[in-house]
Amino acid sequence: MSATTITTRINGREQTLRVDNAELLLDLLRDRGLTGAKPSCEMEVCGACTVQLDGLPVSACTTLAVELDGRSVETVEHLDAGGELHPVQQAFLERSALQCGFCTPGMVMTAKALLESNPQPTRDEVTHWLEGSICRCTGYEPIVDAVLTAAQKMAA
Amino acid sequence: MKVAGQSVPRVDGPAKVTGRARYALDLTVPGMTHGAVARSDRAHARILSVDTGEAEAVNGVLEVITGASLAPLDLRFGHVVRDHPALAVDRVLYHGEPVALVVAETRRAAERAARLVSVDYEDLPAVMDADEALGEGAPVLHPERIERTKDEGLDQGGEALVGNLCAAADFGWGDVDAALAAADLVLEGEYRYPMLYGYAMEPYNAIASFEEGSLVVYSTAQHPYMVREDLARIFALPLARVRVVVPYVGGGYGSKSYTKVEPLAALGAYVTGRPVRVALSVEESILTTRSDGARVRARSAFAADGTLLARDFDVVMDSGAYTDNSPVVCAKLANRCFGPYRIGAVRVRVRSAFTNTVPASSLRGFGAPQGNLAGELQMDDAADRLGIDALALRLKNVVRPGEEILPGKRGIDADLPADLDLLTTSLGWPNAPEGRGIGFGISASDAGAHPTSVAMVRLHADGSASAAVGATELGQGSRTVLSQILAEQLGLPMEKVAIVAADTGVTPYERTTGASRTTALVGRSLMAACADAKRRVAELAGEGAEFADAIKAFFGAGGEIIGVGAVRRHGEFRKMPPFWEIGCSGVVAAVDAETGRVRVEQLSTVGDVGFAINPALVHGQDLGAATMGLGAALSEQLVYDGQTLANPNVVDYRVPRCSDIPERLDQILAQRQDGIGPYGAKGAGEGTLNPVGAAVAAAVGRIVGRYPRELPLTPERVWRLAQTEDARV
Repeated sequence: MSATTITTRINGREQTLRVDNAELLLDLLRDRGLTGAKPSCEMEVCGACTVQLDGLPVSACTTLAVELDGRSVETVEHLDAGGELHPVQQAFLERSALQCGFCTPGMVMTAKALLESNPQPTRDEVTHWLEGSICRCTGYEPIVDAVLTAAQKMAA
Repeated sequence: MKVAGQSVPRVDGPAKVTGRARYALDLTVPGMTHGAVARSDRAHARILSVDTGEAEAVNGVLEVITGASLAPLDLRFGHVVRDHPALAVDRVLYHGEPVALVVAETRRAAERAARLVSVDYEDLPAVMDADEALGEGAPVLHPERIERTKDEGLDQGGEALVGNLCAAADFGWGDVDAALAAADLVLEGEYRYPMLYGYAMEPYNAIASFEEGSLVVYSTAQHPYMVREDLARIFALPLARVRVVVPYVGGGYGSKSYTKVEPLAALGAYVTGRPVRVALSVEESILTTRSDGARVRARSAFAADGTLLARDFDVVMDSGAYTDNSPVVCAKLANRCFGPYRIGAVRVRVRSAFTNTVPASSLRGFGAPQGNLAGELQMDDAADRLGIDALALRLKNVVRPGEEILPGKRGIDADLPADLDLLTTSLGWPNAPEGRGIGFGISASDAGAHPTSVAMVRLHADGSASAAVGATELGQGSRTVLSQILAEQLGLPMEKVAIVAADTGVTPYERTTGASRTTALVGRSLMAACADAKRRVAELAGEGAEFADAIKAFFGAGGEIIGVGAVRRHGEFRKMPPFWEIGCSGVVAAVDAETGRVRVEQLSTVGDVGFAINPALVHGQDLGAATMGLGAALSEQLVYDGQTLANPNVVDYRVPRCSDIPERLDQILAQRQDGIGPYGAKGAGEGTLNPVGAAVAAAVGRIVGRYPRELPLTPERVWRLAQTEDARV
């Protein structure tokens, strides 16, 4: 199995890594202790492994690690690096938008990416954006509420 | 009360929103290896030989373990009947059954090698349908029956468990045949409820190792103490030397009840001497456990004034290849199918059948939704035929507070007429918006399971307190609610209490985390433990002393005071069930006439929980459970195509998505403090699901003019129903 040397930025830190060409981004992150992104469907439909790649939400389960070369990846672990929770995280707590929590990191990253591209989404736009993220516990309504609450917080 | 009754923030919230909450899948232990499972590609076959040579040659492979290679270990597990081998020994009974476990240094090597395990089979006739399995001449899955463990106090019928009969429940009262003959209206129909997959998003996984003579397992198990018993028996270890640790669990819903992959991981560790992780994919998880599908023949007899005279249920459950928990589901389905009504004559016969399919076990609702579909739809149909309002018909027959629905069992600890009023007011019954249909229903589940629960409270020298409990945190919020109870009982702020949970080596015995029992039963054992600790404080330092002072006075420096409390089937917990879990849910729905697509526009639920110790968490349970009910009503079903599952993945098995959520949601709480739990609480978490299937079907029936009898209500099924010329059946 061949390997490639890549230069990438993971949660703000530039790194040079030797990665197996078949390695998945999700395994690369989790093998480095960044276990916030979760494996579940492994076919890019559940959203539990969502991270931001150059700001865009991607499923780490179907992204190759070599694709990181020259790019920047952000995971849920980085959101409170400054010591404060991100407004999306705060809103998830306030609106009881989680139960088992397994989908939560992916939901938070997906919501953050939405609010970065569309800071004041409508309820329908939030619903549409979250269509690619499954939550089996909550019934979604609290999650949609949390994203709208976060939008208000970030505008304030 | 200061803390109980408040929607305090979840204690696990910050860890979960930051991605730092640890699930079994996130853990690693030093020296850990990886197990991958080779699975049967036959539905029923004799294993002639297993060739592991190619798999063993893969770089990084440590061992390839087969069932036959493990003799004399007895690999079978099961808490009702020990018939489920961790690895097939001489026969496979379903497509997807584990045949070999490959242990390798990396997951990739293990998976590659697992595909190279070659099995020589002799095919045997398979039976894929439950009714056929119980018929003459069907191939018998378990010719040599294994005696039941004495674990579960099951209500069993008189039928001998022969052939493919896995379990049976058979009871009744009154003269059903005479009531049917004398009735003004008899409804008769056959209803079908699909087999489902819980899709807890964290797939089944476990890490096992043998350390200093003990087996240590980290796992996704809902019931670690049950898993401990299976592992202790397989490896001939005392319970004291089996430690099952359950960190946060990524969803359970009953699907993680009882033993799953823990024996596989432990076998790997036993053979290799290394820690082994077995982490299944979603497809493999579907091949591990599903819920029991059911075919329900129901008859209901009414007098012209709407009095429900008799009910006669004949149910066959498709329970798959092994016993697992289906006997308990069978018993519960029987208890829950005829509904919380006064009925003079009842006859119930439920049979659980072995088939060559994925083994069935628990899932949220636990037999209730299967029976409720038939029972509640016949209430709606009867109302139409008798010219009586469907609410009035239910109010006429539903039991009042304290009345029994099962002879000798606890009377109903709820006010069902009041719940129905709350629900139907929310739904605007009977005035559906133009082109819409309203459907609603009610259910009562004998919940709480067998009441055994032990808690330990530790009072610390700095005035803080922790409690050790065996309940697992599946997302339902048990650690938060139990923290609230601990804080309330000791008069402490939330910041000064902590719950330590779910490690059989550390925490006291907890029978299960299921049947909506944790708040009520663990809560009561925790209250007893607090009372015991306070009694010790008073003994040491006098009534009214601060416990920190008592600790200092007794020990000088440091130290702690421990209190223990237990709930058992004794005293006020003697009568079963410990509490009834009420379901009271309804919908407003629309049907697209061209495509048959059903859109649920409003979902209303009444959570009759006695007392909501944390209302926000109860809302979460009520909406989450009802949403699972919508999934079963509209899209979820596992489908067999011949001898293999056609849709073992999350694309083809469609769970509700964000856009499926109704525009209008109304979660009503009924708090009458009429439960056995702390402060009058009862359990929540399953009830709102149970009537949803029938409610959606009733709403659709009111639009298209004919009540559906089979879920899920896929567009094609609804479109065909709408095209049918027949009047209502």
